[in-house]
Amino acid sequence: MKILELINVTKKFGGLTAVNNVSFSVEAGEISAIIGPNGAGKTTLFNLISGFLPPSEGQILFNGETITHLPVAVVAAKGLVRTFQLVQLFPELTALGNVRVGSHLQSSGGIGAALMRGRRAREQTAAVDANARELLAFVGLGGREEFGATELTYGQQRLLEVARALATQPKLLLLDEPAAGLNREETDHLAQVIGQIVQRGISVLMIEHDMSLVMNIARKVIVIDFGKKIAEGTPLDVQKDNDVLDAYLGGVDYA
Amino acid sequence: MILRGTILPLPDSSRLVRYALAGLALALFTYAFVAGGYLLTVLSFAAIYAIFVTGLNFFMGYAGQVSFGQNAFAALSGYASAVLTSTYGWQPIAALPIGVGAAVIVAVLVGYPALRLRGHYLAMATLALGMIVYEIAVEWRSVTQGYMGISGIPPFGIGRWELVDARLQLLFLILVLAIALLAAYRLKESRFGMALAAIAGSEDAAQALGIQVSHYKLAAFVIAAVYAAVAGSLMAHFVGFVSPEVFGLHMVIAGFMMLYVGGIGSIFGPLFGALIVSLLPETFRAFKDYQDLAYGAALIVILIFAPKGASSLARLLPKSRK
Repeated sequence: MKILELINVTKKFGGLTAVNNVSFSVEAGEISAIIGPNGAGKTTLFNLISGFLPPSEGQILFNGETITHLPVAVVAAKGLVRTFQLVQLFPELTALGNVRVGSHLQSSGGIGAALMRGRRAREQTAAVDANARELLAFVGLGGREEFGATELTYGQQRLLEVARALATQPKLLLLDEPAAGLNREETDHLAQVIGQIVQRGISVLMIEHDMSLVMNIARKVIVIDFGKKIAEGTPLDVQKDNDVLDAYLGGVDYA
Repeated sequence: MILRGTILPLPDSSRLVRYALAGLALALFTYAFVAGGYLLTVLSFAAIYAIFVTGLNFFMGYAGQVSFGQNAFAALSGYASAVLTSTYGWQPIAALPIGVGAAVIVAVLVGYPALRLRGHYLAMATLALGMIVYEIAVEWRSVTQGYMGISGIPPFGIGRWELVDARLQLLFLILVLAIALLAAYRLKESRFGMALAAIAGSEDAAQALGIQVSHYKLAAFVIAAVYAAVAGSLMAHFVGFVSPEVFGLHMVIAGFMMLYVGGIGSIFGPLFGALIVSLLPETFRAFKDYQDLAYGAALIVILIFAPKGASSLARLLPKSRK
């Protein structure tokens, strides 16, 4: 089953075509990856999918339903949630607080509930708190609950962002370079976490530069270069593809 | 159930400092009750301002936005109370919801478009709001009596019980302030408050987690306006007089000073700030001509040593965090 489908998606910034007529789909229950050289348009693609930017042309379907021009928060409410290339945590909150905010969609209550603080609100708060602790433990941040978000190491901050996104209970998780800036050990841990996320029934689409990570865990790889899709397939297929080799190693001069 | 540890905890020593400050505040109020006189007036003003600044803190400290126009809401409600009670003979308790309601309506109408702006653009837009309301207060003479202002506003009260006694007035103001602080505390710790903290941290990330950012910003703006409006009405009844100057730029500057001196983002910051900023000039009365100079210098010293305000004074103590 296709959980995400892009149909002829194009994004132009003035005269620059950042994403050019890209079509691909992501299967539910799998890990898929978008790779490509710097400036290829991968993050723009993520911004289009998550609703941060409207596409100039084309259509984006999530679970068969068009989400092309929906606001970010509405897309998130449908179960499509992203992380950011440069971690965007809430610095005034602790690690636990950050994950609690992630439960926003899974909880309810506004000003009235806050002022009354009735039994339902208190029970909900306790449930949100327990869930947040469970997620922190899940990504390997157990014991770090009370740390300020910015007191964590960079690798931990990335994991915290993942835990926070998981608290929304997404159907599809978009990870923008989750391994950027991580060392080998941290990357291996991340690979495990991503594998377990999929086991929880959440599909994953990630942008990643770390080729060994992509080749190890992704079922499907989409290669983007100069805003165009140049290859799509299993990691093995893609590795053998001539266009991909050209894009990464430069054109080979046979003269 | 109050959950510890979701909003970044302050160092242990800081809790001590805040208890000490709270104890001092309590002692001050008690002393004023016993001694009476001018101190009662100063503290009553401080209590009214603390309510006003709690609203400002909500919008700036919790939601991370900026407003230079909160005086507009105080003026709206203050004038509503003044006109309805002194000109039309309404009960103060009946005039208050009209003033607050007017402030809410204006906050929604202005906030809806203005909150698309960020940072100093939002600051300019809100500053303009304050200036517009000021001009209306000056020019709409048939209702506001222009620069002359409206006098003869009765003290707050219900029916025959009017709060004429200065001690009772202060007691009443402290009660309102306590409710205001409790409400702010509950809102801050709730799902609603967490969403605001998220917006203050990163609007992009907040949106990506499904938070309707513009909706929440507007709600924070309206709440801040309610606080300002309540303070404005109380001010009108307490002083017995309103004029454009009462709610002028001075109010904005005083509010900001109190917010930063007391500690932006903390629940009790506005109370500490209001007390310090109200009492400091009195402390330097002996300096006569140099009173303002000493007062200004003291403010600068406070902000150098406690850049996050009085509630962060613990930074001066040795750090004792695990």
